[in-house]
Amino acid sequence: MKLSKWMIALTLTLVLALGVAACGEDTSDAGTSGTGGETTALSGEIAGAGASSQEAAMNAWIAAFQDANPDVTLSYDPVGSGGGREQFIAGGTSFGGTDSTMDEDELAAVAERCAPGDYIEIPVYISPIAVAYNVDGVDELNLSPSTLARIFDAKITKWDDPAIAKENPDADLPDTNIVVVHRSDESGTTENFVDYLSQAAPNDWPHEVDGNWPTKGGEAANGTSGVIGAIKAGSGTIGYADLSQVGDLRTVAVKVGDEYVAPSAEAAGKIFEASKRIPGQGEYVFAYDLDRTSATAGLYPISLVSYEMACTAYDGAEEAALVKAFYGYVTSEEGQQAAASTAGSAPIPDSLRQEIAPAVEAIQTR
Amino acid sequence: MSGTNGYRRLGDRAFAGLATGAGVLILIVLAGVAAFLISEAAPAFVAPASDLPDGESLARYVWPLVFGTVLSATIAILIAVPMAIAVALFTSHLAPRPIALSVSYLTDLLAAIPSIIYGIWGIAVLGPASVPATQWLADHLGFIPLFEGPASTTGRTMLVAGMVLALMILPIISAVAREVFSQTPKGLQESALALGATRWEMIRMVVLPFGRSAVVAGSMLGLGRALGETMAVTIILSVSGVITFDLISSENPSTIAANIALQFPESSGLDLNVLIATGLVLFAITLAVNIAARTVIGRREAAGGR
Repeated sequence: MKLSKWMIALTLTLVLALGVAACGEDTSDAGTSGTGGETTALSGEIAGAGASSQEAAMNAWIAAFQDANPDVTLSYDPVGSGGGREQFIAGGTSFGGTDSTMDEDELAAVAERCAPGDYIEIPVYISPIAVAYNVDGVDELNLSPSTLARIFDAKITKWDDPAIAKENPDADLPDTNIVVVHRSDESGTTENFVDYLSQAAPNDWPHEVDGNWPTKGGEAANGTSGVIGAIKAGSGTIGYADLSQVGDLRTVAVKVGDEYVAPSAEAAGKIFEASKRIPGQGEYVFAYDLDRTSATAGLYPISLVSYEMACTAYDGAEEAALVKAFYGYVTSEEGQQAAASTAGSAPIPDSLRQEIAPAVEAIQTR
Repeated sequence: MSGTNGYRRLGDRAFAGLATGAGVLILIVLAGVAAFLISEAAPAFVAPASDLPDGESLARYVWPLVFGTVLSATIAILIAVPMAIAVALFTSHLAPRPIALSVSYLTDLLAAIPSIIYGIWGIAVLGPASVPATQWLADHLGFIPLFEGPASTTGRTMLVAGMVLALMILPIISAVAREVFSQTPKGLQESALALGATRWEMIRMVVLPFGRSAVVAGSMLGLGRALGETMAVTIILSVSGVITFDLISSENPSTIAANIALQFPESSGLDLNVLIATGLVLFAITLAVNIAARTVIGRREAAGGR
């Protein structure tokens, strides 16, 4: 008798649980199908590869796009920018992402791949890079580009250095060593951070701009999570990482013009107002020469901009339609919001979205 | 009768064929890997120096990596071999049977832990735990180049990487040693005891000489893994391309395998060829180490040093 009572209870629980689960699925389906942008009868399969920086955003875009178009399968292999460009040029992928714009050789090669169409390169992902630190008792830190460069170049080695103290008169700076944490792997985050240092503090940052950290010394860690982990684990540490991954670490406010600007999505988006598009690369190549020295009010100058690659002409009607619809969603306000909420990126400004819209419109069958 | 013979002959032939096939397949795979490495690395050898990652020469790029690889593997071997011998002796000769069984089972289990878990354990547990000790070493024994410091505040040092590697290769070495130690002829052991040897003397005079070549062979297997270990080192070590014997600072040379893992995702073109060239160097080092070990064992056996 006892047993059967148990059985009934168990069955009831199971039924209830399943019922609740089913309801949950229903509602979530109804919720997401609305956010996927166009709901045309698209079908087929396309593959992309490229920058791992935009992987989280790309996953969000792909998930939403596939929800809206159930017959579509998209894949994105985060092999890295270099690999992404290589595969796209070779024709192995239909679309791709890259942190750095193509150089002349690559542009020539990609022109061949896209012929008779044009190559498309559009900025769709902008992510602020925060300078995070872990110093006991210091809750706010203001640094000028010059001080920042000297800290990362190991010219300033103590937290109570006069240069830091001068910019932070109210902070209680300890007499401890500064431990600089940088990436040990080649990374677009490093490249953009170093680019900022060399643009904004050319006298104090003599090193070449490259995805590999240029100096010997300091603490090196693998990947964004490694850097964050090392900053948290050590004491007196300072390093750079994607703002979305910084968590509860304190971040440095950087001097722009006469004021100090803390990293935020909004402040990062202003970089497009200050920067110029590189001319002469092609009608649909929206490569930007990021101006990190601008004194525009409220602009946060350290951020990573990632681009999507495509051609205006594809062999297959299906491939062309898919890339067009997918990029249409990615560059839509909805798509940008989706990336912002999952990946912590900054939505690209509306003006830029309108500017790049013709590029996506131009995609067609060869 | 002839039927059985024929059947046997067929079985023999099939077996011989399969075994030879497996042997030849290994050679083909090895040759294939070598051919791939050489053909992909070739552009890096002929490229002008200015195109190379550090803009100077391939040797200058590879040398710190070779140094780091050998240094980390050496630390690992120095820690792991004595420990593995001790564990093997404990399980084969000292511990009561049930305890010996469970200890050897648990040791073997160490080999089943994925290397990325070792890596995460290294940065999350062993690294931070090593900080006070390395701080002490830097303060008191700083005159020794190995402990020159300044001590890392996160513990992501060459010393910790070597210790984690040691833990990873321990089960390989101890498993090989244990099997051979327990094969030591009972007669020899008992006569040593009968002659009045203590248990330690018996082990020293009978078991260890008997198992020497096995220990060497096991160590070589372990060394091979330590030289090529990628994930754990990639995660743990704070690398900066310097050449230093300082084991406890946050500036360490990288290893070949870890460097490939770190640089591969964002590499293209010639950079990729350079990385594969470093892989070829690692391949050569591993091969050289193995050949050297074989020669050592062979010479010992030929000299009747068993």
